[in-house]
Amino acid sequence: MIADITLVAVLVAVACALPGVFLVLRQQSLQSDAISHSVLFGIVVCFFLVRTLDSPFLLLGAVATGILTVLLSEVLLKTGLLKEDASIGLVFPFLFSLAVILISLYAGDIHIDTDAVLTGEIGLTPFHRFEVAGWDLGPQAAWSMGAIAAANLGLLALFFKELKVSTFDAGLAASLGFRPGLIHYGLMVMVSLTAVGAFDSVGSILVVALMIAPAATATLLSESLSRRIVLTVVVAVVAAVVGILSAFVLDTSMAGTMAVAASLLFGLAFVAAPKTGLVSRALAHRERRWVFAGYTLGVHLLAHEGTQEQERECRVDHLQEHLHWKPDYAQRVVETAVRGGLVEREGHQLHLTPLGRETVKSLMDRG
Amino acid sequence: MITFDYTLATVALGGAMVGLLSGVLGTFALLRRQSLLGDTISHAALPGIALVFLATGLKDPLALLLGAMAAGWIGTLVISAVVRNSRVRLDAGMAVVLSGFFGLGLALLSVIQNLPNANQAGLSKFLFGNASTMLRQDVIVMAVFVVLSLVVVSLLWKEFKVSTFDPEFARSLGFPLGLLDTLLLSLVVVAITIGLQSVGVVLMSAMLVAPAAAARQWTDRLGRMVALSAIFGVAAAVSGALVSSAVPRLPTGPTTVVLISAVVLVSITLAPRRGLVWAAVRRLRDRGEVAQLRLLEELYWMAQNHASSDHVHERGALKSVVAGSLNANLAALERSGWVVLTAEGVRLTASGLEKAKEALAVGRSE
Repeated sequence: MIADITLVAVLVAVACALPGVFLVLRQQSLQSDAISHSVLFGIVVCFFLVRTLDSPFLLLGAVATGILTVLLSEVLLKTGLLKEDASIGLVFPFLFSLAVILISLYAGDIHIDTDAVLTGEIGLTPFHRFEVAGWDLGPQAAWSMGAIAAANLGLLALFFKELKVSTFDAGLAASLGFRPGLIHYGLMVMVSLTAVGAFDSVGSILVVALMIAPAATATLLSESLSRRIVLTVVVAVVAAVVGILSAFVLDTSMAGTMAVAASLLFGLAFVAAPKTGLVSRALAHRERRWVFAGYTLGVHLLAHEGTQEQERECRVDHLQEHLHWKPDYAQRVVETAVRGGLVEREGHQLHLTPLGRETVKSLMDRG
Repeated sequence: MITFDYTLATVALGGAMVGLLSGVLGTFALLRRQSLLGDTISHAALPGIALVFLATGLKDPLALLLGAMAAGWIGTLVISAVVRNSRVRLDAGMAVVLSGFFGLGLALLSVIQNLPNANQAGLSKFLFGNASTMLRQDVIVMAVFVVLSLVVVSLLWKEFKVSTFDPEFARSLGFPLGLLDTLLLSLVVVAITIGLQSVGVVLMSAMLVAPAAAARQWTDRLGRMVALSAIFGVAAAVSGALVSSAVPRLPTGPTTVVLISAVVLVSITLAPRRGLVWAAVRRLRDRGEVAQLRLLEELYWMAQNHASSDHVHERGALKSVVAGSLNANLAALERSGWVVLTAEGVRLTASGLEKAKEALAVGRSE
């Protein structure tokens, strides 16, 4: 059973990761939040039309609602009376409220629980099997999410150029005839489809977690779009697997643990990523300070070279007086400069090496 | 029918307070483009509530509220830290914190539900909003926070105002911008955690955005906007409570949100000056004025080509001058006394001649 659940989780992760990369790049992360909440409205309306929760018609309705959400937000934005954040923040609670009202008034006895809407219940997925001609082909959720993941992958591959150009340079995309508006809505359709498909098993919050956190992590790990896409999928899958396993060990909500796992992976990258992580940046910053101090020493030596005060100024212990450096600090800077081949030390006297002189001169020319 | 009983009074009062505070603080959030922060903070508050419960085993409203506030506040700190120290943008940071914190809350809630302690029953209702579980003590706690927040806002009114509209100027005046921002954000966290109980996580975003968005359409002045926003918030919350108590099975939170959204819609369409309807009317009127002046000018030039300015010009000659309705514009010109319409055509009057000269002089001198 845990294998089934993990399979579903991995497929959800892959399906979510793909559109998520572009949401993050286009700074539309919170659309995932908006859409994953408002699709409930589409599900409810379609339920009233077809009177069953198992119809694929619900998928259509939910996708339509996803588009409606984005459309309405944009209409509000275009009036010029509301800014972007307000437009989004008004539409989805409104649709979600309508959905909850409809459910409470007319469908109180069926299994659409507002709690479950937000959290889903992935633990139940092994019990809904996909059966064809008596063959049990696995959990239904695996098939539906697998199909959605495949669809997302297919669309991504097909429209990679268009997505890439319209994300980084909408103007260029338009002039190339790529229809950025269409691509935007296409992306939102992907998001809606994925949100709806994942709804039942993981709920709306996890959709947001799996769409955004892995993609955000990938932005810290790479600058190349293709590499980011791969990294996003990998991180999402890892988050899903770690989440499911932790949930089993800790006996707690799987949607919760997966979301936490995704965020922790992001946190890890934030702190420890090479070059972009906090640690790397702090180390690089420290390194730069020593290098800068070394240059300061070099400039000081050059300024006094060949002058009468040279003997007095170019002493190690004079650095305290002239540059206000503490003795320990001065020693370290001198050592660093000597190690770097910029400065020679004779007893207490310091001289620039030819390399040092050249370096400092070119620095000053540049400045 | 609405039976006005204790529960309804409590719910209405609680809702009113939520409406009031989120109206006031939502104004600042809206102006600073931080509207979606409400959504983020309300989701981030969940682990705080769960942790407080795990730690104390109590459902003391004050303790839970403080836990929610702490978690929400930490969430905003994390978002700032991430955005300031990496290439991750604000929207992604908010989404990560929103989902991560909420996920943590879900996991903790699930742990709580497995505990052999019957006390945890109402906890998830706290998050998804179930106003009818509100008690008098909840309302009292809310009231205290509302009053404290309003006192802070009124004491620091000038500072908040300047830092919202002109941060650079505020900085030049020596205002501690960082501190003010943090303080305002903290108050927003307070507003949201108070509202969680009555409208729930998802809908709290609307309560922060909608009253302010509606109020914005009616005025350009901060003081009036804040007051109007508060009024809208209170009205929506109280009406939501009343309506939902009158209709069986209608949940309070969503009803309130639908009502305030309606207020926003009405404000957007009908507000004088900014409202869409009036803007459209104004545009038509302006277009009409421009068209009419063009006609007058054309008549003037045509008159120059004839012996006297009393010449009657054929309408057909004017057809291509303006895009809009020729007859309507000519009628308007006649009403103003600048032309006379006859069976044969259009004649410029003396005052019409003057007006045309004026318009052309204006055009020429520019």
